[in-house]
Amino acid sequence: MAAGLNAYLLVGAVLFVCGVICMATKRNGIGVLMGVELVLNGANVNFVAFSRYTDLGLDGQIFSLFVIVLAAAEAAVALAIALNFYNNHLTIDVDRANKLKG
Amino acid sequence: MSGENFLFSVFAILTCVSALAVVLSQTVVRMAFWLVISLGSTAALFFLANADFVGAAQLLIYVGGTLVLLVFGVMLTASGPYMKIGTSAGETVVAGLLGLLFLFVVFACIGGVEWRKPVTGSADNIATGAVGNTLRPLGLSFLGVRPDADLATGKPPEASGYLLPFEIVSVHLLVVLIGASYLARAKRRAAPVGQ
Repeated sequence: MAAGLNAYLLVGAVLFVCGVICMATKRNGIGVLMGVELVLNGANVNFVAFSRYTDLGLDGQIFSLFVIVLAAAEAAVALAIALNFYNNHLTIDVDRANKLKG
Repeated sequence: MSGENFLFSVFAILTCVSALAVVLSQTVVRMAFWLVISLGSTAALFFLANADFVGAAQLLIYVGGTLVLLVFGVMLTASGPYMKIGTSAGETVVAGLLGLLFLFVVFACIGGVEWRKPVTGSADNIATGAVGNTLRPLGLSFLGVRPDADLATGKPPEASGYLLPFEIVSVHLLVVLIGASYLARAKRRAAPVGQ
């Protein structure tokens, strides 16, 4: 497999699809969070590949740095929410989070 | 096969296989392990694409920070180290079919687009992403200076840096940390389920 724009994009697509399936099928809250991380990483791979193989320049790498920072922030908040949910329900099964259902 | 292509193949296959293993793993601890492998080899892909600073940031922040946070979350919430989170067979089949369909759609889209031609490192592109050694240009652009865009001929001079988004992200991180510590503090002991 030769390293080119399409090869990087294919890797990013595989990461993205794996993340989406992980988000949709896992019933553990932490597992859903890991799916989100995979999706963001797929986007990062695409950004870096476009920065390397087109005349986009440095903007792609700057955006991927922002994505990394925002993913860290999102993981911190989501873990705080998961801990709070665990304190109240003694589980983080997302199917049990139905308190707000009418 | 050149060395770069060989390394790219190894790390691309490692990334994809471990991402698939994240989806297929049934316990949260194994998912975290495969996620470490996947994100680490993604960082190697970044290094191969001449994005040295992004690769280092990926290793430091993602693998060193976010995943440690995730593992702490697993430790604090799992009732057992090998808690099963299995799905039913029908859900697995539907998810697999939908995933394959989605993957096929994305692959068809990637293959059907004529991307812009790759840059050939000319003298004007003194600091594009294609050359590598991106630490100084990245730092300057976070301070609002774009040596690659401002000095290059033929580019519009209004290409600006990223000082304002950098400041916004800094304040955002501060707010997020305060909010996360406020959310995660232990207010009361957990009540048993069903009460």
